[in-house]
Amino acid sequence: MATATLGGKSIEVNDEGFITNQEDWSKEIALDIAKNLGIEMTDRHWVVVNYMREDYAKTKKSPTVRRITQNTDVNTKELYALFPGGPGKKAANIAGVPKPAGCV
Amino acid sequence: MDEKIKKVSIIVSKGSLEGIYPGLIMANGARMEGIEANLFFTFFGLDAIKTKTIDNIKVATVGNPGMHIPTLIGALPGMSALATHMMKKTMAELDIPPIHEFIEMCHDAGCMLYACKASVEMFKLEKNDFIEAVDSIITVGDFYEMAGGGEIIFT
Repeated sequence: MATATLGGKSIEVNDEGFITNQEDWSKEIALDIAKNLGIEMTDRHWVVVNYMREDYAKTKKSPTVRRITQNTDVNTKELYALFPGGPGKKAANIAGVPKPAGCV
Repeated sequence: MDEKIKKVSIIVSKGSLEGIYPGLIMANGARMEGIEANLFFTFFGLDAIKTKTIDNIKVATVGNPGMHIPTLIGALPGMSALATHMMKKTMAELDIPPIHEFIEMCHDAGCMLYACKASVEMFKLEKNDFIEAVDSIITVGDFYEMAGGGEIIFT
């Protein structure tokens, strides 16, 4: 298990850079993870990230791309534009929830 | 870790529900991983992008050993509709979208959609027989060109 300096603290992360203890998550950490992914967080990014956190808290599963687009006002096109090169994975990483396990 | 896949071009050649879904799941899955993806519809695969047929795709209950029902029973009226209904229900529970929505979703995710020119001519079809999301009708030569440097998957 590796550690990374995120939000000014030393945080435990897995080999894909996902934080391993969900309680560690903070907005500052999210901003640092986003920066490392080359993403500058806007209000629209937060809509997705906040939804992922809410849904994960309720279901204990990271929402899939389709679930995100069905339950927020962010559509597929916008989601891919907000998180280029892998929207589900990158948004989950920033939201401090595990990588989405679904195939769709 | 081995070298990452950067591009996949997936050929959909069948027009049954079970013939179409795997290609869509793989194309959408590629986009979710940041992999460039193309879908190429040929022969009966064209049913997946034709306005007339896209909302009416059924499971094949005859000549489909995976169904585990005798061919004669599979041929009874309503069997295909019943199997389709059951499979759609299970898929909805798993959050897998219906074919029409799934194809639009792949397109919105940046996957290119192509119809095979030879098949389009064989079935006497035109561009306006297809849903709007279809990018263009291309030849097999065009297909190989755009598939260049990537993996080709035939379904």
